[in-house]
Amino acid sequence: MESLLSLMIGILAASGTWLIFRPRTYQVVIGLSLLSYGVNLFILATGRLRLDAPPVIGRTTVDPSLYADPLPQALVLTAIVISFATTALLLVVLLASRGLTGTDHVDGREPK
Amino acid sequence: MNAVLDHLIVVPILLPLVVAATILVFNEKRRRLKQVLSLATTAALIIVSAVLLYLTASPTSGAPLPQVYLLGNWPAPFGIVLVIDHLSALMLVLASILGFTCLFYAVARWDRSGPRFHALFLFLLMGVNGAFLTGDIFNLFVFFEVMLASSYGLALHGGGAVRTTASLHYIVINIATSLLFLIGVSLIYAVTGTLNLADIARLIPSVSSEDDPLLQSGLAILGIAFLVKAGMWPLGFWLPNTYGVASPPAAAVFAILTKVGIYIILRFSSLLLPEYPVFAGGSGAWLKYAGMATMVFGIVSLLASRTLSRLAGCYLIISSGTLLAAVGFGNAAVTPGLLFYLASSTLTASAMYLIIEPVERNAVGDKALSIAEPVFEDEYLGGPEDEEGETEIGVAIPATVALLGGAFILVALLLAGLPPLPSFLGKFAIIDALVRQRSAADASAWMMVALLIISGLAALIAMTRAGIDLLWIPNDRPTARLNIVEASPIGLLLAACVALIICGSQTMVYMENTAEELNRPTAYVDAVLSKIATDRKPR
Repeated sequence: MESLLSLMIGILAASGTWLIFRPRTYQVVIGLSLLSYGVNLFILATGRLRLDAPPVIGRTTVDPSLYADPLPQALVLTAIVISFATTALLLVVLLASRGLTGTDHVDGREPK
Repeated sequence: MNAVLDHLIVVPILLPLVVAATILVFNEKRRRLKQVLSLATTAALIIVSAVLLYLTASPTSGAPLPQVYLLGNWPAPFGIVLVIDHLSALMLVLASILGFTCLFYAVARWDRSGPRFHALFLFLLMGVNGAFLTGDIFNLFVFFEVMLASSYGLALHGGGAVRTTASLHYIVINIATSLLFLIGVSLIYAVTGTLNLADIARLIPSVSSEDDPLLQSGLAILGIAFLVKAGMWPLGFWLPNTYGVASPPAAAVFAILTKVGIYIILRFSSLLLPEYPVFAGGSGAWLKYAGMATMVFGIVSLLASRTLSRLAGCYLIISSGTLLAAVGFGNAAVTPGLLFYLASSTLTASAMYLIIEPVERNAVGDKALSIAEPVFEDEYLGGPEDEEGETEIGVAIPATVALLGGAFILVALLLAGLPPLPSFLGKFAIIDALVRQRSAADASAWMMVALLIISGLAALIAMTRAGIDLLWIPNDRPTARLNIVEASPIGLLLAACVALIICGSQTMVYMENTAEELNRPTAYVDAVLSKIATDRKPR
């Protein structure tokens, strides 16, 4: 479980990093999305991996060791919403840039 | 503080949020209404932050302590807290002054060149104020994102190919930085199990040695995110480009964004430094060298820059470098001068960005300037260049060149930091503290002194060259009219700079109290953790 998750985070982060160094805007957007997936998984992992444990603590039970840590899950939700919104914004800017400069190169002009 | 004033802390966040959301409802055609609402909001923010500053500096009872506000009345480590101490109050005042003046400037023409300018502007202020007030690192991330998201909109304001390409770079860099921010926050949470800044500071000494590298790397990754924002070399390469092509009021208010990075580095090094010399001090004192490298980079590019907007960007880099290096010395005696320099350089940079347009219009004429192109045709209301000469609002001031020239000279002197102007006092206080502390007056301190002086000289040379090119050389073009709505915010900013020096001793005392408070992080930690939730009704 641990090795699978860390492998996934590693692959996502590596491919995302490679993609954001590419010259085409669309590759950069995809790279940022992959990176943010990797980071979201990473945040989830910081709450320690637990299987079959509910994150919401009931009123009666007092033993927190029976529960998964709810905080990273809340953080991931926030991070997902924010990265979703910024990716949407970036897509609009990408389209505007493509329309105004006539190329999808990140610098707005083709390299000579 | 009494009950009403207790809730005043949350106003700098709530007020812009509510008004911005209200403004969004109205149609773009009701521009006058939007202008009135947003200007009134920023003016109210100045008053609120001034009251907060006053209450922080001279509380009604006892010694000045950080004031803590529990959001939703949840007790400290579990809920989110807002904390106001000397440093946050100072930054709030700076942000609200910049907010008011830049918005005032924009009302003259620039708010017409794109949709939803006022709402974006207020959201930006909300994010900035929130970042200054919050005492929770994940909440800091959220406010950072609010600030960044609206700054993307403002950077794009006015449209055009140049702006869109520059904003594209800006957005990509900042999204990547936010991911680093998240990684840092989650590493810190993984080790300490808390997100409350005061609680982290309390728990750091008890972190086991095997978790130690994890915490250090978390703090370092978090630090990179702030250093990108602060524009440290080599992470700040995007800054002159983006700010240089952004519309003038947007660029002028962005001057506070680099200071948000500096503020957080100050806050973190105050709270977390004693145990962890990650950011500064100790053997790993790389921050001062990085700051000095930033200064060198800024000085060289300042001398090489050919346009005023680039020059202003380079000045921002130099001031960031100065502040980072001064923080990096980890010397408590340097801090008051550093804070004074922070206040004056923020105001100066903002005034510089605002004065660029009138000066260049005077020299080159109206045409060549603004590069506003509509992105969405239906929302386009006519940019500044669509109304060429016919509907100049406001009274045209006679003797434009004299006023403009005078203001330009004042800005040049402020940039260079010549006496008796406030940037001089800030630099002088830094130099004084560095030289005075003999044991530490090693090579790096002298290098810093030299760089401080050279940076002033370079700014003077660059500004004189630009001034000769733009103002002194006679031209046969009729003098452009100076709009009073545009002129008064520049005057206000310059007046604020002059006020800093007129009330120099009081200001310096305040800065010394701030430095003293930063030096005593236990007061902050105790204030946050001892705050007890009140009026909690049993269920």
